This record gives sequence, structure tokens and C-alpha cells, in this order.
Amino acid sequence: MRILCAALAASLAITAASAAATLDTVRQRGALVCGVSQGLAGFSNPDAQGRWTGLDTDICRAVASAVLGDAKKARFVPLSSKESFTALQSGAVDMLTRNTTWTQTRDTALGLNFVATIFYDGQGFMVRRGVGVDSAEQLDGATVCVNAGTTTELNLADYFRARKMRYTPVVFEKSDEVLAAYQAGRCDAYTTDQSGLYAQRLKLQDRNAHTILPDVISKEPLGPVVRQGDDAWFDIVRWTVFALINAEELGVGQTNVDGMRTASADPRIRRLLGADGRAGANMGLDAEWALRAIRQVGNYGELFDRHLGKASPLMIDRGMNRLWNKGGLLYAPPIR
Amino acid sequence: MTGWLRVRLFPGPVNGVVSVLLLAAIVWAMAPVVDWAFISADWFGTTRADCSGAGACWVFVTARIGQFLYGFYPETERWRVDVAALCLALGLAPLFMARAMRGPGLVFGLAFGALVLCGMLLIGGAFGLPYVPTRRWGGLMLTLVVAVVGIAASFPLGILLALGRRSRLPVLRGLCVAFIELWRGVPLITVLFMASVMLPLFLPGGAEMDKLLRALIGVSLFAAAYMAEVVRGGLQAIPVGQYEAASALGLGYWRSHALVILPQALRHVVPGIVNTIIGLFKDTTLVLVIGLFDLLGMVQAALTDPNWLGYSLEGYVFAGVMFWAFCFSMSRLSLRFERRPGVGQEDTA
Repeated sequence: MRILCAALAASLAITAASAAATLDTVRQRGALVCGVSQGLAGFSNPDAQGRWTGLDTDICRAVASAVLGDAKKARFVPLSSKESFTALQSGAVDMLTRNTTWTQTRDTALGLNFVATIFYDGQGFMVRRGVGVDSAEQLDGATVCVNAGTTTELNLADYFRARKMRYTPVVFEKSDEVLAAYQAGRCDAYTTDQSGLYAQRLKLQDRNAHTILPDVISKEPLGPVVRQGDDAWFDIVRWTVFALINAEELGVGQTNVDGMRTASADPRIRRLLGADGRAGANMGLDAEWALRAIRQVGNYGELFDRHLGKASPLMIDRGMNRLWNKGGLLYAPPIR
Repeated sequence: MTGWLRVRLFPGPVNGVVSVLLLAAIVWAMAPVVDWAFISADWFGTTRADCSGAGACWVFVTARIGQFLYGFYPETERWRVDVAALCLALGLAPLFMARAMRGPGLVFGLAFGALVLCGMLLIGGAFGLPYVPTRRWGGLMLTLVVAVVGIAASFPLGILLALGRRSRLPVLRGLCVAFIELWRGVPLITVLFMASVMLPLFLPGGAEMDKLLRALIGVSLFAAAYMAEVVRGGLQAIPVGQYEAASALGLGYWRSHALVILPQALRHVVPGIVNTIIGLFKDTTLVLVIGLFDLLGMVQAALTDPNWLGYSLEGYVFAGVMFWAFCFSMSRLSLRFERRPGVGQEDTA
């Protein structure tokens, strides 16, 4: 047992050492390896050509184009939820973009760092249209379909208890069972994370007859994760995400980014695109790191629309994921 | 035909009524299934818009069939998988021919050669074939790779373990018993999980071992433990007179086992071996927990494409039919082994 512990400690020490310079490792390899989910609609799923596509995968592509100059140099390793953190700790992947919820325990106890929030998810409710419910506050006495043994179930109980409202849970193990029960009319509302509700709604036969209530009753901030102890790499991933958000705020998109670089007089845009300042050099990258990421992948708004929003079948409302000056929570510090 | 009908279905009034009722029940139960799967189903098209919603929409399967069969294997290289499958089928065919067993060395050599050739074709990096890393393998192809390697490695290993467990050498016997009981005592999912998650923590930083290789080793050792117990059952069924007769002929341990004992013992346990093999084939779906996409995993991943959300029934039915087809073929093929004349019996085939 003692030998086993020693071996474990030694190997952890080695992984910690190898974590010291992720940027060098990535450059040497010529590829950025990202851990993604094994299939989650709109975040990472294989498309018709077998390419991994989604919001999570495009964040990885943005980092690849900032660091390596080419979004195609992003490589995806699908990970089950159980192995995802180990894969990052052991160095099998350079970062996780795997719809991971940012929680205190994960951030502090696992030797990981959460970089930024790229999607504010949270538990919501789906109901039938035309029953006169347009807020979760009106669900007193409702029957609610929910997955068994998840935090979803606990959040639901907390929400109703805090408001002294009554409800009857209808509990199932699998998401498809929950959906089938809802479709069959066994419950008035269906609750899970909002992104999941939009995906589940697509599976319903009469999908336009259902609506997702605006109320969000839990916090599920999703974002990329890197190993703790490599601050330079942490900065690069974090500021790539911020660059995409800032680009949307400044109106810089995939189509106009090259024109903006030469034509724009706005100092904020000039700093973002590398015409002025040393934003790239401060991180050990070239001046056009953000320019490339925006050109090859797009700004945050374009990513959202393409994979989750109005240009995708999911049609997720931007809600909390609007920019801070449009009533949302997305707020990136300035590049200065 | 009419004679068969009269004798089997309508030998008397009571039996006739029962037959009619049962047939009606079958038709009644199957009609909606047939309607869903065939009559009202949509077969042609490329997108979700081609699905009418009246029955099954097989467009989902036809649009994704390349991924289901080859996973993420590059499209321009997929012919290699086809050639490998053909070469494997040809290489293994003599195993199932009654007369070929006259020269078992040649037959097993051929099968082994076919396996090696397949591996080289799939991996590439030689003979001008581009290298295809195993992370791009997937779908039915990965299912077959895991199953074939698992079967090919576990069979000889299982025989050795079974012999070891019956050995008179206490250390060897103890080791074999410990191995078998250890691997049989843990679930396969745990083995795969250890191989995938724990192993990298113990290996030094740079020493990255291929994930598929780790899974293959895990599956092979796991299946070998089960195989060993099946073979041991066959060994125990051989009367002691056979051992004595082999000794009387002056055969040593290995020759008496190879020529007298094992040919009889294995014949007794063909159903058990096939049982283990079919179980192993279906267990390959567990590799999904370590991020490898077998046929079922590939179907599940395709189901998360926002363009195809909601066609899970079609996907699962397709995967189920494929698995059934392979398992049923294996069970049919095994009958050829059972019917084959054994040592000392006349070849009546």
C-alpha cells in the first residue's frame, strides 16, 4: 500500500511538472488537444461529416487558432464525465471544453482552474402553450416530471419549498422516460437545465405547442477548465474567450474582421485586432492571435447563433447569455 | 407442406383452435411493428425534412451509415477497412471448413497472418498507406476490432490458464487460480475504467499508452478468465482413461494434451465457448465509458446532432439489429464445429 501511495505521489509530481508549460507542449505537438463531451446537442456532437461541432468545440478551435494559427489544429478527445478530470490532470488533454459546471469544490479541490463562463445555464421549466402559465411562480399544485437522483430534483424541492408552493414530482431514471411521460400528459411541467429543455423539446412530436418558461431556478455556469499551476496557459485560454466576447461587443465579426483591422479607428478594436498595443506579446503570442480566432471561428454572438441560437435547430433564447449592455451576464474585461 | 400443416398445427379440433389463436395473436402484435418499420417508414432522403413522421425514418440511419460503420476513419481511407474485413473473413474461413482441420498448424497460421495483415492495413504508416491513429477508429469497425482481438487473445490464454489451474505445480496453479478469480470477480466496466483512468496516473508523464490498446488488453484478460473456466469444464469431462491411454502411447504432457485431451475437451464445450464469445461481443459496447465509440456509441453520438434530435428509436433499432445479426451468425457458425467429426470418429460430412 505504501509503495502504491509513493507511486501515486511520484506520478502526480511528474504530471504537475509536465503541466508547467502547456503552451510549449502544444506548440511542439502542433495540435491542441481538448476534452469534449461524448455528444451533447449544440455543445459538442459529431456532424454529418464526422467533425465535432458545437459551442464547446469552437472555443477549443478559437484557442487553437490563437496559439497555433489554425483552427484545424484543434483535436478532440471525447471523454465520459467520470474520466474527464483525470484526463486533464494526467495531461492527456490540454484543456476541457466539456460543458463543465463551475463549482467551488471542483475549482479548489481537484487541482483545476475554471477559466471563464461561456454559457450560463440553469434549471428551467417547459410547459404546454395555452395553459395560461407564463412564469414558474404560477406552478403551485403542478405535477412536475424530473430525473431521479440528480441535483435537478433537489433544486426543484428547494424552489417550491422556499415559495410555500405544492407540487407532485413524477420521477424517472432516464431523460427519454421523463420526456415520454411529459409528452403523454402525465405532468404539467418538465424540469431540467434550460439547454437540455430546448434539446428535449426538439424530440417532441408537436414541438411548437410547448414553451420554455423564462425563470431559471439554479446556477449552472459552464466553461473551459485547465490544469492548476500553469498561469500562462490559463491566461491564454481565458483571454481568448474574452476576446470573442469583446469582439461581439465591438461589432467585430467573422465577415468584417479583416476590414476592421485596417479601417477601424476605434482604439478598442485596434488593440483587440493587434494593430495597437502588446496584447498578444504579453501572453507569448503574436499580435494577430485574436484576429485569427475571430476570422476562423467568429465572435461569441456568432458562435451562439450558429450552434444554439436562431441559426440552429435548438433555437435557445439568449437570455442570461446576452452581453452585459444588452441585459445579460456576459462581461469581458477590456483589452488594454 | 399440407401434410406438415395438418400434423403440426391442426392435428385435432382443440390444437387447431390453439394454433389459430396463437397465429392471430402474433399477427395482431406484429402488425403495428411491421407498419412502423416498413410500410409507413421513410427510406429515402438526406435530411430531417424527408421524414414524414408516419413511421420509422430510416433516413437518419442511411445519412449516417458511414459513421456507424467506420466511425471517424477518414473517408478516403475507408476502403482499407473493407479490404481488412474481407481479408479477415478469408483468413478465418478455413477454421470453419471440416476438412481443413487435418492441418491445424496451417489453418491457425493463416488466421494469425490474416489478423496481423488486418492490423497493418487499419493502422497504416507502412507500404505507402497513411497512418490512421486509433482515436479515429469507431463504429462497427471498432466493435469488431475489440471483439476479434478479444476472442483471438483470450482463447489461447484461456486454455493455458485452464491447464495451469489443473497443474500439479502448486505455484503455477496458485497463480492461475488467483488470476482467474481476480478477473472474474471484477466487472468489466471497472477493468476498462482502471485501464483508462488510473493507468495514466501511474505512467510517467510522457509515456502515453494508446487508449484502444489499453482497452484491448483489459478486454482480453477479462475474457481469458471466463474462457479458462469453460475450458476447465471440458477438461474435467475427459475420463481419466484417456490420459492413461495417451501416457501408454508414450506421449508427454504437451503432446498428450494437444493430440488427445484438448481436441475432445474443446468439442464438449463449444456451446460454452460461443456463449462467452457472444457475451464478449456484446460487452464491447462498454468501451463507451472510456471515450471509445463502438457501434452503439457512434449511434448515440449521432443522436445528439441538433439536426437529428428525436430519432433515437430508429438508431437503437438499427444497432440492435446489427448486434443480433452478428451474434446469431456466430451461434450458427458454432454449429459447424459441433457437427464436425472429432478425433477417432469417421468423417461423415
